[in-house]
Formats: sequence, C-alpha cells, structure tokens
Amino acid sequence: MSNYSEESILNYLGPYKGEASAILRSLQLVQELLGYVPDTAIDLIAKNSNVSRAEVYGVFTFYSDFRSTPPASVVIKVCVAEACQASGNADLISELHDQGYDIHAGKIKDDIQMEQTFCLGNCALGPSAMVNGKPIGRATCSKIFAAAAAVTS
Amino acid sequence: MIKAFVPLDSAALSVGAEEVALEIAIQAASKNLDIQIIRTGSRGMLWLEPLVEVETAAGRVGYCNVSVEAIPELMTADFLNGQAHESCIGLVEENEFLKNQDRITFARVGVIDPLSLADYESHGGLVGLRKAIEMTALDVVSQVTESGLRGRGGAGFPAGIKWHTVHNTESDQKYICCNADEGDSGTFADRMLMEGDPFTLIEGMIIAGIAVGATQGLIYVRSEYPHAIEILNRAIAIANEFGLLGSSVLGSKNVFSLEVRIGAGSYVCGEETAMLESLEGKRGMVRAKPPIPALVGLFGKPTVINNVMTLAAVPMILAQGAAAYQELGHERSRGTQVFQLAGNIKRGGIVELAFGVTLGDLVNKIGGGTFSGKPIKTVQIGGPLGAYFGTESFDVAMGYESLAQAGGMLGHGGIVVFDETANMAKQARFAMEFCAEESCGKCTPCRIGSTRGVEVIDRIVAGEDQEKNLELLEDLCEVMTDGSLCAMGGLTPMPVRSALKLFPADFGIKTGAKL
Repeated sequence: MSNYSEESILNYLGPYKGEASAILRSLQLVQELLGYVPDTAIDLIAKNSNVSRAEVYGVFTFYSDFRSTPPASVVIKVCVAEACQASGNADLISELHDQGYDIHAGKIKDDIQMEQTFCLGNCALGPSAMVNGKPIGRATCSKIFAAAAAVTS
Repeated sequence: MIKAFVPLDSAALSVGAEEVALEIAIQAASKNLDIQIIRTGSRGMLWLEPLVEVETAAGRVGYCNVSVEAIPELMTADFLNGQAHESCIGLVEENEFLKNQDRITFARVGVIDPLSLADYESHGGLVGLRKAIEMTALDVVSQVTESGLRGRGGAGFPAGIKWHTVHNTESDQKYICCNADEGDSGTFADRMLMEGDPFTLIEGMIIAGIAVGATQGLIYVRSEYPHAIEILNRAIAIANEFGLLGSSVLGSKNVFSLEVRIGAGSYVCGEETAMLESLEGKRGMVRAKPPIPALVGLFGKPTVINNVMTLAAVPMILAQGAAAYQELGHERSRGTQVFQLAGNIKRGGIVELAFGVTLGDLVNKIGGGTFSGKPIKTVQIGGPLGAYFGTESFDVAMGYESLAQAGGMLGHGGIVVFDETANMAKQARFAMEFCAEESCGKCTPCRIGSTRGVEVIDRIVAGEDQEKNLELLEDLCEVMTDGSLCAMGGLTPMPVRSALKLFPADFGIKTGAKL
C-alpha cells in the first residue's frame, strides 16, 4: 500500500460513509484502486461503514474475486466449467501446467498469474480464457501467451 | 456511404472482432472510402464469428470467420459492396440457422447499435413502455399474467403472479432487482442481450416498476462480464439523459432510477435470496423462505426479482399484446425460450424458439452435432445443477414440465454437448466438487455433503465396497435434495444421479449391478 495513504483510501470511501450496505462495494473499490485489499483497508472500511472488522472480513473472505496480496501484471483466468470441459480444456490446462502454471494454485510466475474460473459466458467457443479482461475463445497456449505479451509490451 | 457491421459482443471479441473492426477502418481510410463501421451485438451464430456484415440493396450480407490477415483479400474482392468471396454466407437473415427462429427477445440483438436509442426506437423499442404508461398498473400486471410468461432464470414461476403480489403489498419503497448473475456453464443469453440490446432490459425493468409501484431498479451483474457491465452503464447514462429514466419517465408521472451492481465471483449469488444479501453488501448467504422476496425482499421491502430474459420479454408482450406471446409454446410453457447451444457443438450459439422443439432437433438439426465430429455421448441441460441426458432422450420436447417429467430441468436454457470421450464419473465428481467450492455454507447437507460426495464417488470408481458406497451415495443425494434450502445443494444430486444411471460403466460398475 506504499502509494496510498490511509487518508486517501478513506477519501475514496467517502461516498459510502456510514453505509453498512456498502461493505461489498467498498472492498471492490479498494481492489480497483490497489489491485488487492491490504489488511489495513479492512479496518478502514469497517471504520468508514461503521461496522465491525469481523463483518468486513467475513465479506472479504466469502467472495473469490478478492485478493489479499498484489496480483501479477497479467492475470489469466481459465474456465474449468462443464462447457469448456466438453470442449477439451483438460489438454489446455495440462499444457499450461507443463509450462509451469498451475491454474488451481494461482501462483505468480514471470509476472503472470493463472487462476481457474467457473464460466466466462463464452460457452460455444470453448475452451475459454480471459487475459486482463480480454476474452479468448477457442483458447490455446499460444493464443493465451500472445495476449499476455500484448499486455506487457 | 458504405455501412459495415462488426460485433462488439465479447464472444466475437474473443476470436478477434476488435482487431478486425480496426483493420477494416484502417484499410478503408487508406483507400479514401466513405464508410461507417457500426458495432453491433452478435447474431448468435457464434461459430461464424467474427461475422462482418455489409449493407447492400438486397439486405445485409455476411462474411464469416474474418481475420485481420484476410482483410486485404476481402478488400480486393470488394466485400464492402457485398461481392462474392469464399467466406461470404450471403444474406444473413436468410441463413438457415437464423431464419427459422422465433426471435422475439433477441429480435434486435446483432442488428442494431446497442447504444443507439434512435436505432432501438426505429426497431420497435419503447412501444411497450409507452403503452404501459397509458395503462393502469394492474392492467400491466394482467398483460404479463395473461402472456403466460414464466421465470426464465430456471424456477419457471409465473412472472405475473409475482408482480401481482408485489403490486398488492403496501410499502413506502419497492424494488425491481434484475438477476444478471448468469453463472451456469453453458449459458450466455443474458450476457449477449446486455451487450447487444441493453435498452430492452432497461425498458422491461421500467415497465415492471410501473406495474408494481417500484421506483428503484438494480441489475446484479457478475464480475466475469466486464463488457456487459460497461455497455449497461453507458446505456443507463444515455437513458437518464434522454428522460427514459429519472423523475419523469418519458414525460409521465412515473419515476424510475436504475443502477448496476457487480458481483464478486460467487456462483451462489445467482440464487435470489443470496443475491439480495450480496446487494445489501453482505456475504451471499441464502435466506430461508418464507418470507418470499415479493413480500420481504431487498432491505426488507417488497421486491420483484426476475432474470434478464424474463424482464427482456416484457416490452414485446406489452407492445404486441399478451395473446401474441401466449400463442407460442407448448403445454404450460408459453412464449419463446432462448436456448443456448454450447460445449462440443458444431454450430453453437443462440436459438430462440417457441417451447416444444425437441432436444434432438436443437442439438443435431440446428446445432449440427459435435464440433469434434465424434458421436454425441450426452448433453447437460440447465447448467451445473441440471441433468445429463443420453441420445435416447432426444425426442423430449423442451418445456418446463416435459423436462421435469424426463427427470431433468430446463434451467436457464443452456445445452452443453459432450462427445463420446466424456467420462461421466468425472462429470459427477465435478458436480460435487463445484458444489463444495461454491456452497454458501448455510445448510449442512450442501456444505459437508458435497465434500463427502466427492469422496464417495472416488471410492466407487476405485471399486471399494461398491454396493455399500452406491447405497451411501444415494442416501447422500437424498439428504442433499431434501435438506438444502436452495437449488445449490438441492439440485447437485441431479447431474450426479443422471450420470450414474445413464453411464454406470464409467463408474466402473459392472452391468447388472444394483444401482
């Protein structure tokens, strides 16, 4: 959180001051700003929304989108749901694994992070992936890494 | 002036539509052509994407699977004037896949610029809302009831009855909540409508507000749909500016405001009460019913919760009358269903048809069988909680009751095709695994039963005490079905049981064994 002071975060959360119903949106806002939700932000949201830290932490841990550590520059989501299984995503996942990326572990390698997701809504053009928000249909390793390279170049 | 249409739908973007649109613009500019490139939704013929269309005197002509590399050649062939090329599919509306559909909800998707209200109006938009404004609220409710429209999210509850309950409940504040948390694998109709024709959803929600006396609407969209979120937000801004939303809807006394709320990667938030909790900023834990949300919903106020497809059907029902919609369909399933052909399918995409079409016609005749070319083994209907069907069930008519009778459910109308390489023990295990991953944790059978389910299936496949473990799995399925508050735990046994019943050999069960 080096680039952001507590004060600036509270400033961003300003519109949600005193709103207990804005816990989820506050977390989303912090993650949008910082790329993750540092532990101190949990306290700040609790203070701002006038709820307990436990309530904010409970929401934070419920939703899989939230992360507690900074993400890699490139975040690649690979769909593991049924329609992509039917389209042969197992081959794609094992090829990625061979290149050192485990989508289930979500570890960072070469500033790239792979994550599994359940459905990206592109079920007729599977296997489906998403590279920093860019959808990839009929995904292959080379398509995915080309899109990743385009992000970092 | 040349008019070219390139989809901005995220399925089209996933195979390069953005780059294609840019390249056409560059090459046309280098030739000083007078061209307008209009970004539309997708026609739903997803295997043809990127599908570029050009306007000709005879109608719009399509060019399929266009790549950036192919554009110089297409330019030489003068495709911008509809000339012949091997990728030309002729007049798009005459395409075999498209022309036999009953496009009502999807009538404008792929045709218009999704962010042009002028396009929307010139293609029949706002007619329903204008009629609703002139009617009494109760008459609007009656139209929806008489149309026979049922909840397209999966439960199939009559929309008009739900609206009537909210209409009749006194409250200082009521809400319209649109469930756009389309998490079922194999479904993408909500996304395509939101990206391709967002004003239809906005109009449907305003009509719902008028009908029940609600002045505030919320659309809960999953975070996996960034493009849909962006287009919806832009459409809402346009609607506010135009006076479609706000303190005087189209100059009338009706008030309606609309906001997009974003999910955070939780499947169970597609369950309506979990969605309400999430909208209130909390963990997406399922609520016990009763009270039903129509009486005690968002922040304890009476709330209409409908799926995108339900609300998007409403403008047409009001515009053309309940009878026109009611005439279509099969038994108690009235109107059209937006089927989504997905998975291992040759011609995947959107098929909007009146209820009653058979499963086999959808998958084979329209969908063309598998993409891999291998024989179909099974199809899963209605998402991760839906049943698997074998090809022997291909004559089942698609409808709420007919599918229930056949041991399955329609769900959100997604059909996922698997070829013969699928292993159904793996699919059954995945159903339990998915439930364990996504359970909100409120009900013990769902929270713990799903993990035990994975273990029991593993033991069956490993051949350990098969008869006893099969009995245990059946018992577990029964407890999950009867002991869970919502469909997450309650329906996970559906894919498991159907997979086991249809393909026992995949579980290593010898023929003749007691199931």
